[in-house]
Amino acid sequence: MDVTIVDRGPAAGGTSAAGEGNLLVSDKGPGAELELAKYSLDLWRSLVGSLEDELGSAFAPVEYDPKGGVVAASSASDAEALFRFAEAQRGVGVDARTLSVAEALALEPELSPAIAAAVFYPHDAQVQPAVASEALLASARAAGTRVLTGTAITGALRDSGGRLIGVTTTNGSISADDVVVAAGPWSGDVARLLGGVLHVGPRKGLLLVTTRMAHRVLHKVYDTSYVGAVQSDSSALQTSSVIESTAAGTVLIGSSRQDVGFDDRIDVAVLRAIAANAIRLMPFLADAMVMRAYGGFRPFSRDHLPIIGPDLDVPGLWYATGHEGAGIGLAPATAELLTALLLGEPTSIAVEAFLPGRASLVGTA
Amino acid sequence: MTEVLVIGSGPAGLAAACAARALGRRVVLLDASDYVGGQYWRHLPPERPARREAVLHHGWSRFQAMSQALERDPLCEIVTSAHVWAIDAGRVHVMVGEADGAGREARTYAAAAVVFATGAFDRALPIPGWDLPGVFTAGGAQALAKGERVAVGQRVVVAGSGPFLLPVASSLVQAGSTVVGVYEASHLAHLARQWTARPWQLLATPAKLLELAHYASVHVKNRIPYATGRAVTAIHGGQRVESVTISAIDETWRPIPGGDVVVAADAVCLGHGFTPRVELPIAAGCRLDARRFVQVDEHQRTSVAAFYAAGEITGIGGVDLSLSEGTIAGHMAAGGHLEDRALRDARARRDALRSFAERLERAHRIGENWTDWLSDETIVCRCEEVSVGRLRSVAETSRSSGLRSLKLQSRAGLGACQGRMCGRSVETILAAAAPGGHLIDESTTDRRPIATPIRLAELAFGNDKSVEK
Ligand SMILES: Cc1cc2nc3c(=O)[nH]c(=O)nc-3n(C[C@H](O)[C@H](O)[C@H](O)COP(=O)(O)OP(=O)(O)OC[C@H]3O[C@@H](n4cnc5c(N)ncnc54)[C@H](O)[C@@H]3O)c2cc1C
Ligand SMILES: Cc1cc2nc3c(=O)[nH]c(=O)nc-3n(C[C@H](O)[C@H](O)[C@H](O)COP(=O)(O)OP(=O)(O)OC[C@H]3O[C@@H](n4cnc5c(N)ncnc54)[C@H](O)[C@@H]3O)c2cc1C
Repeated sequence: MDVTIVDRGPAAGGTSAAGEGNLLVSDKGPGAELELAKYSLDLWRSLVGSLEDELGSAFAPVEYDPKGGVVAASSASDAEALFRFAEAQRGVGVDARTLSVAEALALEPELSPAIAAAVFYPHDAQVQPAVASEALLASARAAGTRVLTGTAITGALRDSGGRLIGVTTTNGSISADDVVVAAGPWSGDVARLLGGVLHVGPRKGLLLVTTRMAHRVLHKVYDTSYVGAVQSDSSALQTSSVIESTAAGTVLIGSSRQDVGFDDRIDVAVLRAIAANAIRLMPFLADAMVMRAYGGFRPFSRDHLPIIGPDLDVPGLWYATGHEGAGIGLAPATAELLTALLLGEPTSIAVEAFLPGRASLVGTA
Repeated sequence: MTEVLVIGSGPAGLAAACAARALGRRVVLLDASDYVGGQYWRHLPPERPARREAVLHHGWSRFQAMSQALERDPLCEIVTSAHVWAIDAGRVHVMVGEADGAGREARTYAAAAVVFATGAFDRALPIPGWDLPGVFTAGGAQALAKGERVAVGQRVVVAGSGPFLLPVASSLVQAGSTVVGVYEASHLAHLARQWTARPWQLLATPAKLLELAHYASVHVKNRIPYATGRAVTAIHGGQRVESVTISAIDETWRPIPGGDVVVAADAVCLGHGFTPRVELPIAAGCRLDARRFVQVDEHQRTSVAAFYAAGEITGIGGVDLSLSEGTIAGHMAAGGHLEDRALRDARARRDALRSFAERLERAHRIGENWTDWLSDETIVCRCEEVSVGRLRSVAETSRSSGLRSLKLQSRAGLGACQGRMCGRSVETILAAAAPGGHLIDESTTDRRPIATPIRLAELAFGNDKSVEK
């Protein structure tokens, strides 16, 4: 296929440079998204190797680290819920290992001894999301993809019959047989410019970054509220702990979920809640110095599942968006599904749950 | 409640606090350092007074009058060691106590009006060898000389651009150093053009002229060589500074072939203009102007209602300009009017000094070809040890024109100082290496929502119970 990528900003300047790069199975219960995640994590594993081979050592490291994740429950009842969740995940082939408090502390010594229990997910991994995006783009470029940055989509290009045959941009028009909207939390706006209807909203998330320290956070560490938050519909502020160290030695502490439109101001009350949760989970962090707060807007759909496939009404218009807090992890599988759909080939895993025309997206106002 | 909250107690902040008190408002004056006075009136702590303080500081009596009046005033609360670390929804969040000490106290203020007077710090361009011990920013060296009476070296080279190189050299001399020379990168002809393009404007700023004359005379007395069109383009040494290369440069700051000499020195003070401390205004939503200082109108109002700005965060112009701007900002923040008699002097002085300041700035502008001094090995971001070569390589391999992505790829500016030292140099080097020669994202290295580092526990448990309503 002959491909052109258009972005109004630079590459990797949207949500993909404003979050963490967790590649997780741990936070997903049995269902379509977990299947997508399992598949996508497999793809990531082989992808990082081939990207490194292709791009060479001068390219910034993608920092792929299959370090595994530890989810800790803070009360007996949370532990029970976590164990049930893990049990169900094991039923569909996720490696989820139930740990006693002692086992959890042996694996992750700085965890609070006050936790009730934990589950270890060896397949959870991470990448540096902005670098990973740039690496994918560089590889696409090498394969002949044209990349037009600093170029915003302004509308549709149509033939005399009104059929979509490309886009107009701030730098002229581009004709195309197919147009894929992958504009993150702005996807709804871009879809509208092209005659489609797509409900994707921004869900704000904030993170804290500490100064460098000796590595004391060995895996990804989360509390169980993360499991609840991802699947929640509530628009009120939620915070749940996600703690991880980066290759540089800083620790990233997340995160919040808040529906406040595109308001990018930092809210101190949110930072306080994130900090308090993190200290509860890993008390040594109390003395860590926070040097930065940042965040972005997760692109979310009504049913919190990605939207991958053709628009119901506009021939030639496609979507690959709505991944909310998992768009880095789910990226390679999304690309594969979309490519198969574009080519009319069978998909390697079931795609029905992600199609734009699914019942949970259409109908309700 | 606090009626006027002033952040920063340099000349601008002190003047703002005095003006707001003159209109009867309750004032809180916050400063991160242990004493009021800011960059200019840096002095020994009161328990170690120096007899010669007045000699070392211009306008010392003005400083004493302002600070003593505020200290005696029950309706002005001065809080030193007060680190303002965030602003949100009009609330000012502060940690009070030693920067890395335990037991800092969290406070949150809600004020009817806020005056930003956080000043600027001097910039040092990354020069090969600038990471050797013995290299200081001009401001850092001056602070040691004035505030600690410590000389940074015995044979000191002062280099960079701007009129403040002269006072730095004279502070060094007073602290006991031998100043090998002051090397001003701008050309004399260029300086002369800007300084005397409108001679009548200089007449409006006689105080500045006197000050410059004073520094010139100190120079003459101490026989400090002063050269223009010269730059320190490399610093040499094993364990610490041993010598520097001084190059003749053209008007774009490109070295002229054959114009290098090597001079022995054990310390170097660099000052290539200033970087304003704008993170708090940015967090409050205030717009910056094209030069990336806080944009203010005639009333010293920022683009956000109830937020004012004064002093060097709005432009570089020296103490007198900072004082006049502070007076106007404090008066307006306190609900005064621009036409009030109390502002007559301050307005006239501000307007005259501003055009003087604009000329200074033009005269001492950084030449675009300073990057010719760099080698691929030169470290730009010292916190993360990122070299010029690394910056160029990430730009080349990714062909990215996004600052955020390039920073994340190279790690430049992501360390402990969050790009305060290197940010603008990183931007320049990356822009030159990016496709088309420029960066296209809106982000800059100035955005730092957390203005000073804070311990996680302070963040978690410094709840808002101390909010003044
Ligand atoms: C705090 C936080 C933490 C996160 N943590 C994780 C995590 O650990 N793991 C994970 O997998 N995911 C995580 N995510 C989610 C993940 O970052 C997103 O799902 C993902 O980045 C979305 O990628 P995208 O390509 O769809 O959108 P984006 O990266 O936002 O890209 C969309 C692009 O569209 C462009 N665009 C918009 N409008 C136009 C227009 N009119 N014309 C042209 N271009 C346009 C934008 O400039 C932008 O570059 C997190 C998100 C946040 C905010
Ligand atoms: C090396 C050097 C030499 C100079 N020589 C001269 C000279 O000879 N003549 C002349 O006219 N001018 C000179 N100047 C300029 C003069 O120092 C400035 O014009 C003046 O100090 C600016 O005043 P200000 O109030 O704007 O800022 P500053 O004096 O810089 O004061 C800002 C204050 O804000 C505080 N602050 C900043 N951030 C925070 C925060 N987050 N929380 C709490 N407090 C904060 C700082 O601690 C500081 O005290 C010189 C400057 C330098 C660097």
